[in-house]
Amino acid sequence: MDFVKWGLNPWGQNILTHVSWTLFWASLFAGLMFLVAHGSYMLLSAHRKRPETETDRLEAAHANLPARVERHSLMARLFHWVMAAAMFVLLFTAFLPVVGVQIAWVTWHWIAGLVLTGSILFHIVHASFFLDFWSIWVGPKDIPEIKAELLRELGREVPGPKSGKYPLGNRLYHMAIVVAGLSAVLSGVLMMSRVRTPIFTRNPYLFGDVTWGVTYVAHGLAGVGLVGLVIAHVYFAVRPEKWWITKSMLLGWITRRQYLEHHEPERWRVTANPPTSRS
Amino acid sequence: MAVIHDVMPAFELFQPATIGDAVTLLNRYGSDAWIMAGGMDSFDWLKDRIKRPKVVIDLSQVESLRGIKAVENGLEIGAGTTLTAIVRDPQVRDKFGLLAEAAELVASPQIRNQGTVGGNVSQDTRCWYYRAGWSCYRAGGNICYADTPTAINREHAILGADRCVAVNPSDTAPALVALDAQMVIQSAGGIRLVNAEDYFVGPDVDITRMTALAPGELLTAIRIPSTWAGARFYFEKVRDRNVWDFPLLNVASAARFAGGKIDKIRIVINAAAARPLRLHAVEAAVVGKPRNEQTAELAGQIAIEGAQALRYNAYKIPLMRNLVKRAIRGNGSDT
Repeated sequence: MDFVKWGLNPWGQNILTHVSWTLFWASLFAGLMFLVAHGSYMLLSAHRKRPETETDRLEAAHANLPARVERHSLMARLFHWVMAAAMFVLLFTAFLPVVGVQIAWVTWHWIAGLVLTGSILFHIVHASFFLDFWSIWVGPKDIPEIKAELLRELGREVPGPKSGKYPLGNRLYHMAIVVAGLSAVLSGVLMMSRVRTPIFTRNPYLFGDVTWGVTYVAHGLAGVGLVGLVIAHVYFAVRPEKWWITKSMLLGWITRRQYLEHHEPERWRVTANPPTSRS
Repeated sequence: MAVIHDVMPAFELFQPATIGDAVTLLNRYGSDAWIMAGGMDSFDWLKDRIKRPKVVIDLSQVESLRGIKAVENGLEIGAGTTLTAIVRDPQVRDKFGLLAEAAELVASPQIRNQGTVGGNVSQDTRCWYYRAGWSCYRAGGNICYADTPTAINREHAILGADRCVAVNPSDTAPALVALDAQMVIQSAGGIRLVNAEDYFVGPDVDITRMTALAPGELLTAIRIPSTWAGARFYFEKVRDRNVWDFPLLNVASAARFAGGKIDKIRIVINAAAARPLRLHAVEAAVVGKPRNEQTAELAGQIAIEGAQALRYNAYKIPLMRNLVKRAIRGNGSDT
């Protein structure tokens, strides 16, 4: 099975041209298999949630917290949904022709690519200066949490830390999407110099054949990778036990109880309501 | 690159006797199969060793693919009918002179004797960068060698370019689009009809194919409705060598007049893009107008809107404008 496609340039040299579309089918298959595997696991496993009594106790102890805790600002939600729309347009325009649907896809593809690029640039600035930048990343400090989460998934009752603002799965997914998304965007912007757009003057000689080949392969690998990642993301977004997160991406807030059940107040600090004048 | 023109690489040859057998073979071998009708395009590809099919399906023994017959509401031409047979057929000459004229301007008498109408409309582009076997977009690669600053692109596209700038070289294709023909396509799944206008595919939709024919499908016939029978036709082909050559541009039109004005018209230009372009904006602009110099001038200007020249083919823009003008006003020799 070929993973990449090779061609011949005018100098008789073998050059990389594209990824093999076999990888698209592999990514689609892997994404769907992941759904089956995870769905089965969730049905059959003994994963542990925080006991209700513990959440009751926490809620009693944190009664001064607001009833609705803001999880995503309006700007963050706008970014997310604009990016999601652009990503779906990109994936459908890229892969519908591969599965035999003949459409004029290139213009839609690069326009959606520019929307995605713009939204990512906005997100980088927004997250760097207006959000808790480090809350989404995973690092050595998270090892105790990773260990505790793994043990809970295996059915053990462990006292280890809960998540900060973002669950562990969120943060791991974010890392994967950063790698795949940035690879697709960077290679895609370069590839735009080969198509006619009102934005760039065409320059097919921007790179040599070998560099172009690597660029196209990087774009293809990122693209097929995003197929699997997006399948997984949509799957988790519609799972019943994750619906509270999806809802927060629509409405912007979660309830106090959800905050206390799923998060570690020490790692994601929420400002308490000021005491009333009578107290 | 060393090109050996005298021998072809080995392939398995099938010579089915019926359309059913041909379709069965196509279904069995899919994209590994190469369909050969008259062989006028096929042998170039095979001898140059650019295309290396595992299987060649030679249609020359399929008698039912040949012939022209009157059917309800028009004519049906078998895809294996030679261009000479079309030129000589009295029904075609009488009712659809546009097609006869277009077919008569294809290549040379020898080629017309051997070449088929199905092959003529389904032939691949003549872009020499593509036919040299390099990995251009059309060959599955990631560059158009004809659309680079130093490319020799005198014959290439001025309209409809999307990464690839190759053009469709067929003479009969624009005539069939102007006549509102339908292509009969057969596969293991049955028969489907595709309007001639939709049979041809641009690079924006599929950069590696020029027609809607998918692997496993066979063009078996072309149906021409009587809608335009006996209309006023115009066909003109401009080429480098009048003895025989592919078109630099060609234009085909079918029109009906009422009260000295253009009542209905279909006008199509080819070799300007990767597919024959029906000039809808021109048609809409000239209907209801008298057939005169002013209308022709208007049509010519509208036709070239959006045209974009490459390094060496800027001449095609005024050429296209003038061909459309001539098609509208006629030159006294239109059929």
